[in-house]
Amino acid sequence: MNGPVTFPVDPVHIMLFARAVCDDNPMYRDADAAARNALGGIVAPPTFSEALQQFIPEYQMRPQPGVAWPGSQRPDDAGHPPESVVLHAEQRFIYHRPIYAGEILTARKRPGNTWQKTSGRHGSMLFREVITEFFDSSEAIVLTAIAVEVEVGTQP
Amino acid sequence: MTPALTVGQRHSVLLAENLSRALIVQYAGASGDYNPLHHDEPYAVDVAGYPSVIAHGMFTMGLTARLVTDLVGVGHLKTLEGRFRAPVFPGDSLTGHATIVAVSGRESETTVTIDLETFNQHGDLVFSGSAAAAAVTSDSPPERAHA
Repeated sequence: MNGPVTFPVDPVHIMLFARAVCDDNPMYRDADAAARNALGGIVAPPTFSEALQQFIPEYQMRPQPGVAWPGSQRPDDAGHPPESVVLHAEQRFIYHRPIYAGEILTARKRPGNTWQKTSGRHGSMLFREVITEFFDSSEAIVLTAIAVEVEVGTQP
Repeated sequence: MTPALTVGQRHSVLLAENLSRALIVQYAGASGDYNPLHHDEPYAVDVAGYPSVIAHGMFTMGLTARLVTDLVGVGHLKTLEGRFRAPVFPGDSLTGHATIVAVSGRESETTVTIDLETFNQHGDLVFSGSAAAAAVTSDSPPERAHA
C-alpha cells in the first residue's frame, strides 16, 4: 500500500467482522439497540481496522484475477513457498474516538522502527513496525494501528 | 449503571471450543487476509511445514478484545496491545482472562488498565496483552442487556 486507501465502514462489514471474532454484542449489528446506547449508533469492534486489507488494491493475500496464487491447486500441487516468511509478532491500537458505521475513513501507512534479533530457532530475525493511521472526512485522526512484523530467515 | 470496576476483578470467558477451520475461514473472509497458511491444509503442511493450518493472530486478538468490551463497554477503549505467543490450531479451545490491574484518575476521567491472557487447552499462553479504557460512569444501558 503506497498511497492513502479509502476505507468505507459498512454496517454489514461490521456485523460480519463481529461474527468472525465470535462477538455477538448487539452494538455491532442491531441499529435500534445501538441507537439507544450513549454512542448513538453501530460502532466497529476494537480490531475491525484489520479489515482495511479488503480495500488495499495490491494486497497480496487476496486472490486476484490473472495473478498466480501461492496456495495448493491440484492434489499433487501443494503450492510454492514465499520468498520470505513474515509473521505478525505484536499489535497495538491507539483509539482516538469510536469508529461509526457509515463513515468513510482514509488510511495511510508508514514505516516505524526496525530492529534485529538472533534466535537459535529462527536464526536472524528482522522486526519492523508498520504504522497505519486512520483519518475521518475532516482529516481528524480516529485510530492508530501499529503492527510489529518479523521476517525470519533473513541474513544479518 | 455499569458495576464499579475494581483492581483485582477478573473476567474469564471460553472464547473458542474445539476451534473449527470454518471459523478460521470466516475470519479470513471478514478481514480479507487469505494467506493460505490459514486455510489451505496441503500448503500449511507440505510447504510451510506446520502440523496443520493455523489461525490468524488477529483472530485470537479479536476474540480476546471482547473481554475488554464485556468489562468496560463498547467505545471506551483508549489502547489495546498484545503479542502473539504461540500458534493456534484447529481443535484448540481458547480461554481468555482479563484482570483489572489499575484504576486511576477520578470520577469522569477514570482510566481502567486491564491485563489480558489467552491460553489454549494445554495451558499454553497463545496471546498476552493489555488494554486501557475510560471507565463508564454514565447510566447508559449496558450493551449486553439482551432483550
